[in-house]
Amino acid sequence: MRATIETARVAARPIHAFVGRSFSLTLRYWGWEVTWMFYSIAMVLAIGFLAVGVGQVSGQTVPTDKVLVYLLTGSLLWQYLAQLFWETSNVMSFERWEGTIEYTFMAPVSRVTYLLGMSAFSTLYSAVRLLLLVGVCLLVFHLRLTNANLWSAALILGISSFSLMGLGLMAASLPLIYTERGTQMTSVIEATLLMISGVYYPISVLPKWLQFFSQFSPMTYTLHGMRKAMLEGATVPQLWGDILPLTITAIVLVPLGLRVFAWTEAYCKRHGKLKRSG
Amino acid sequence: MTATTAPLIADNLTKTFRRKLRRREKVAGKSRRVSALSAVSLELRPGEIYGLLGPNGSGKSTLVRIVSTLLLPDEGCAAVFGRDVVREAIHVRRLVNRVSVEAAFFKKLSAAENLLYTARLYGMDAREAMPKARTFLGSIGFPMDRLHDSMEDLSRGQQQKVAIVRGLFTSPVLLLLDEPTTGLDPQSKREVDAFIRAVVEQHDATVLLTTHDMEEADRLCHRIGIMSDGKLVAEGTPAELKARVQTEEKPAPTLEDVFLALTGKSLADADKKEDE
Repeated sequence: MRATIETARVAARPIHAFVGRSFSLTLRYWGWEVTWMFYSIAMVLAIGFLAVGVGQVSGQTVPTDKVLVYLLTGSLLWQYLAQLFWETSNVMSFERWEGTIEYTFMAPVSRVTYLLGMSAFSTLYSAVRLLLLVGVCLLVFHLRLTNANLWSAALILGISSFSLMGLGLMAASLPLIYTERGTQMTSVIEATLLMISGVYYPISVLPKWLQFFSQFSPMTYTLHGMRKAMLEGATVPQLWGDILPLTITAIVLVPLGLRVFAWTEAYCKRHGKLKRSG
Repeated sequence: MTATTAPLIADNLTKTFRRKLRRREKVAGKSRRVSALSAVSLELRPGEIYGLLGPNGSGKSTLVRIVSTLLLPDEGCAAVFGRDVVREAIHVRRLVNRVSVEAAFFKKLSAAENLLYTARLYGMDAREAMPKARTFLGSIGFPMDRLHDSMEDLSRGQQQKVAIVRGLFTSPVLLLLDEPTTGLDPQSKREVDAFIRAVVEQHDATVLLTTHDMEEADRLCHRIGIMSDGKLVAEGTPAELKARVQTEEKPAPTLEDVFLALTGKSLADADKKEDE
């Protein structure tokens, strides 16, 4: 038993290395973190005030509380999921920027461990930011979540984190191949997800051809399920229609993301693209 | 492959890269393919310091990168203690570590934080690894009062010393030193040289050292391989290589003379040509 625990401890050290390193870097770049947090709060609050003002703009009676929860759910979720996606997909950009990528890649650590370690930090970091943002929104808008089923919401959030991680792992391949343009390419994926997933509107308002693509975005199901949980208090069985596709995409996308990353790494090693200069 | 106990066997290693051509080069019909390594074979013996001498672009770093599992060869193979660097990369990574000319670190983190990260990455217990790192840093002349300063605040020489310790304190049995003393002052160079010798003697490691510095190679290396245009053109102990080019006019040739005689160019000229 003791030997098993020791083996597990040794195996966990590299994950500890990645999480610890990222945490230390977050502390060192605290000025950037404060700025980024301020930006996120301003963005979320702006969406919240938009919801409050919809009635005045339209000159009609609008269920403000419902619109507020609808839009804030989208905005907060987007902040969380986009952050998770960004953190996961830009690990490579950061390593390239620092020039440490070759040292990390020649350590005796499997890529699964490496990517899991980085994803673990991304999830923790994004979750902490989300909690802070939720706290600010509760304070500013005096939200009443009497109908909300928070357990269902947490389950949806948990499963969708894995789906986004899978997408993030695939996107992480881009900065590996394209030294300069990789980061911008991940931004294109992020913007596309924002447009087709129904972050601020129901996907039914999209043109039919865009709605076709919406069904392939895990965020579509995350947002739909989360809104049902927050606005209607939907229980887990009632959310099955969202949980099932989210689970399937998580099961497919995480191994696929790891596979794509492995292919990309092999390509880079064949063409000498791991060097900082490319 | 002749022996599985050899720290490194490279057999017929070949690597080419593609590069973008300028219009003028396209018109002139230049090839996009650049040969970085051309059928290089060598074998390192346990406990030796093997020096690879050659100008920029002669293929030294390409060879080191292949052995470090960071690059895949087009042809040929390499094995570290019998483990193939392509098929058994994860095993090879446990046996080797590398110090390169670029001391790449997380610059906002301190030397201690960077070393702690490496220790955990290599599965080491931080409580055992960090005292070892401190001992190594002390013996290489690193000022210990700078241990918790950001890497970006350290001098180039101090950064390189941390890089050398990072490469060594994970206890590699094959250490790849890719121009580790480039840019260091003479005092630091001497400290690093002494440290490398001590590591080989006390820690039973084998070293593959690439360098431009002929004197350093002469001082440190048990055997030397001379590379030019991706080929290993000669190999032997410093004395053997010098004996090959000894003449009545030059009874005591230097390694620079050896390089000139075997490649037809001086190291400085070859560097200049490559840089152009």
